[in-house]
Amino acid sequence: MKHHLILLVVSKLLIPFLLLFAFYVQMHGDFGPGGGFQAGAIAAAAIVLYTLIFGRRAAEKAVPPRIVEAGIPLGVLVFAGVGVANLLMGGNYLEYNAFNPAHPVEGQHLGIILVEAGVFITVFCTLVTIFNTFARRGR
Amino acid sequence: MTLAVIGVRNLFGLVVLSGAYSFIMATLLIAMDAVDVGMTEAAVGAGVSTVLLLSALHLARTEEAPGKVFQPVAAILALVTGAALIYGTWGLPLYGDPDGPIHHHVAPYYIEQTPEEMGMPNIVTAVLSSYRGYDTLGETTVIFTAGLGVMMLLRGRRRDGGKPKKGGQRRDDDKKDEA
Repeated sequence: MKHHLILLVVSKLLIPFLLLFAFYVQMHGDFGPGGGFQAGAIAAAAIVLYTLIFGRRAAEKAVPPRIVEAGIPLGVLVFAGVGVANLLMGGNYLEYNAFNPAHPVEGQHLGIILVEAGVFITVFCTLVTIFNTFARRGR
Repeated sequence: MTLAVIGVRNLFGLVVLSGAYSFIMATLLIAMDAVDVGMTEAAVGAGVSTVLLLSALHLARTEEAPGKVFQPVAAILALVTGAALIYGTWGLPLYGDPDGPIHHHVAPYYIEQTPEEMGMPNIVTAVLSSYRGYDTLGETTVIFTAGLGVMMLLRGRRRDGGKPKKGGQRRDDDKKDEA
């Protein structure tokens, strides 16, 4: 990709903002549109773009595949673990009110943030891993 | 657009066309005020899946294998299914009809109770991750399974001595576009 100067410069400018936008979509999901799934997809798109432009080695340095692969089950575990935590705290499965029975709204907020984080981890890691698997197969 | 997708024999062009189609769908969804879905469609449908299809093409040939162009049984099946689907849309309520069944089931409860029970303005997020938490957990598990499936299929040891199948017949132009 050494000859594609425009692509190189533009994507170098764009990628930080893509990641920032993904973070915004993740954290602002309870006020604006978006949530874990959308944020994960946008962040994965940013990483895929980075891999396309700067090559697989640079991308593997920035986002180690081992960690990303570990993230696929981790996200599901976070999601399911929130439910188990609710059970242990005396609620129903995935009943976030149990986090803070005195202020159910606070409990809901905590539960939703954790669950969305789980969705983000799984979606991001799955998309990046699928792309990596294809890319590695080709060489 | 759809006709172009059907007509194209070059798979590279097909992938690009379907990416453009996804973008049109995303704008359509945003015009229908479904911003969350539109965002997903733009990022996944037009962005990531186009790249994934391209990287799959990287492993295969870019021309569709020549075969029988017209297959009567398939054509009849497709026409009958399409006709049945169009017939089915006559039974749907009009878009934005306030008397439609979707506006009378659980939706009023969510709209009224979300500010009190969740304390957040975005009802979509409240429904997705709290009221319908089980569904979202199921979706996350589906994504997890998809990732596992791809890894198992593509990462296993190759039986043909380590050479990618058909890799040598790859055309030069998609190597350039992809790399």
